[in-house]
Amino acid sequence: MWKGGEDGKPPRKAGRREPRLGPRSWILRLRHTTVVSTKKNIAALRRETYTLDFIKKQIEEFNIGKRHLANMMGEDPETFTQEDIDRAIAYLFPSGLFEKRARPIMKHPEQIFPKQRAIQWGEDGRPFHFLFYTGKPSYYSLMHEAYGKILDVEKHQNQLRAQGLFSEKTKTKDLIGSRWLIKEELEEILVEKLSDQDYAHFIRLLERLLTLQRGGAEEEFVQRFRRSITIQSKKQLIEPVRYDEQGMAFSRSEGRRKSAEAEAVVYAHGSGRVSVNGTHYLRYFPVTQDREQLMFPFHFLDRLGKHDVACTVSGGGRAAQAGAIRLAVARALCTFVTEEEVEWMRQAGLLTADLRVRERKKPGQEGARRKFTWKKR
Amino acid sequence: TMLKGMTRLISRVHKAKHGEQHEGQHYNIPLQDLKAVFPHGLPPRFVMQVKTFNEACLMVRKPALELLHYLKNTNFAHPAVRYVLYGEKGTGKTLSLCHIIHFCAKQDWLILHIPDAHLWVKNCRNLLQSTYNKQRLDQPLEASIWLKNFKTANERFLSQIKVQEKYVWNKRESTEKGSPLGEVVEQGITRVRNATDAVGIVLKELKRQSSSGIFHLLVAVDGVNALWGRTTLKREDKSPIAPEELALIYNLRKMVKNDWHGGAIVLTLSQTGSVFKPRKAFLPQELLGKEGFDTLDPFIPILVSNYNPKEFESCIQYYLENSWLQHEKAHTEDGKKELLFLSNTNPGQLERLCAYL
Repeated sequence: MWKGGEDGKPPRKAGRREPRLGPRSWILRLRHTTVVSTKKNIAALRRETYTLDFIKKQIEEFNIGKRHLANMMGEDPETFTQEDIDRAIAYLFPSGLFEKRARPIMKHPEQIFPKQRAIQWGEDGRPFHFLFYTGKPSYYSLMHEAYGKILDVEKHQNQLRAQGLFSEKTKTKDLIGSRWLIKEELEEILVEKLSDQDYAHFIRLLERLLTLQRGGAEEEFVQRFRRSITIQSKKQLIEPVRYDEQGMAFSRSEGRRKSAEAEAVVYAHGSGRVSVNGTHYLRYFPVTQDREQLMFPFHFLDRLGKHDVACTVSGGGRAAQAGAIRLAVARALCTFVTEEEVEWMRQAGLLTADLRVRERKKPGQEGARRKFTWKKR
Repeated sequence: TMLKGMTRLISRVHKAKHGEQHEGQHYNIPLQDLKAVFPHGLPPRFVMQVKTFNEACLMVRKPALELLHYLKNTNFAHPAVRYVLYGEKGTGKTLSLCHIIHFCAKQDWLILHIPDAHLWVKNCRNLLQSTYNKQRLDQPLEASIWLKNFKTANERFLSQIKVQEKYVWNKRESTEKGSPLGEVVEQGITRVRNATDAVGIVLKELKRQSSSGIFHLLVAVDGVNALWGRTTLKREDKSPIAPEELALIYNLRKMVKNDWHGGAIVLTLSQTGSVFKPRKAFLPQELLGKEGFDTLDPFIPILVSNYNPKEFESCIQYYLENSWLQHEKAHTEDGKKELLFLSNTNPGQLERLCAYL
């Protein structure tokens, strides 16, 4: 028999008991539950929550593991960054899975375990946050803060106007290149569910703050809620011009399409002669469609008869080789052409590698998409 | 008809006067001439073009001009010279041959034109054992078709030339010595079984009599590499047939040998209809094989190449004048450059491209 607890009920362990099969077989299943001290937190038991202690222990284990890993890889444990960890894990546990998120990872527990709210009320049941009973305390406190800042700035402006030192200049910072947080990101920060109207309201407040004249602190506050976006075209890689023995300017680049690989050498001054793998392009591509593909980059830039091309191609089929050469030629032409025209080419899709590959056949189907004939009986 | 532009020369100019300054220009062949001289032998796409434009226009090009020059200066006492037109696919070998034939027809030569020797080595249904020689095989269908066309092409000669031997066809029919060649041809056309033999006789007689000087003989064979390759034909027991075992091919080979005088032999190689030859082959060595090359050995090769810029311009002008190119861009420089690149000045490709423009 058990020893009696305070209420005469069996002592509560951090666990749930299975109904007994024999007189003494208590099967305990350990679950991660919060240590229950008062009766009011029964609602929290429903969801799987991670205790603070548990998370702290995980963090310690992570740090120790990081040092062990650094020792294993022969690197300095003090300067072992997250990228080094990723590389080490990928090396020690090579995985052939296509889904990157299914591969083994070792990251800081904060990134792995979802953020949870700590208990929001004390022992006496009184909540800590003054806005607890709104249901979304962190959201409303953020709104309160933002509005408070707006009022402060306006008060400051009124003071300046009263003193006559008010200057009309509004320094508008360049907002291009950054965007507001999306609703999911904001929810992640606040660890609370928001509605669309809440989110829109918040963004409107921030924009109102931006229209006023603001100082450095407000600027920082707003910047916390903006993320930068990189412009696509700046990532374009342009090959440098090279000169060969006779002093002719040429440029060489590669292209790929559906298992065909091509390397093209485009000479700056020529008469439109194209040779593929040593043979003339008319003999290599008897189909007009392939020759049209070759012609497209030149035709687009209006430079039909002005360049000579010598290219090598292997793998793939007839159309794949033509596509690969087209990509290689377009990339090579970037060197001889202005930035604006490079942008036009990119928008025309000449510089994008075509990702389409043959789809795998699945079991239970006849092909990649085609199912077996359905028979009623 | 309204006056066409500078690219045209009406055929009132005598063919003999085609000189180098006419290079790149088109000349017109009147339609009745076409039916008389070319009952067979024009490439099918060209026939379609003739039907569309209602007139036949050939471009004067350098290989043809060269050949014409040689032909004008042939010495008929010497053995017949062999000229071989070769080149990549679609460069204009067959049409150059037609140009030559038209010229010779105007000059009153006897034209022996085999439109495509490949037709005789593949896809033949009825093969009979030859009556003349037991080892060889006859092709009655092809022979009779050819005889009909030969008759239309050379009407006037058939009554002039006399046969120099007696030929017995079967128990009841025979051709006496001294009867006109037309009778042999008639016999071949009516009695299809003896058509191949009739062809053989015609070839033999023409060869013998061309040296006499009554007429000049032009032997024009398109796709001559068929004579020395393999055939796709099989006997009933599925054993393959070599070209020598076909009577037509055997006689033609004798014709193409230069042991007669009084004319010329113009040959064209062709990969398009050939059997068992790689697509990219166009040189005489590759297409004729060792045997063919040795047989034809002393010959004059003439390369037919793609259009040069002037010819290309002229071809586009011709299409524009006939309102064949309907795209707005076809008139502009850019359009021409596009066509140039796409077809790479290959006449066959250009024609195929323009067909859908």
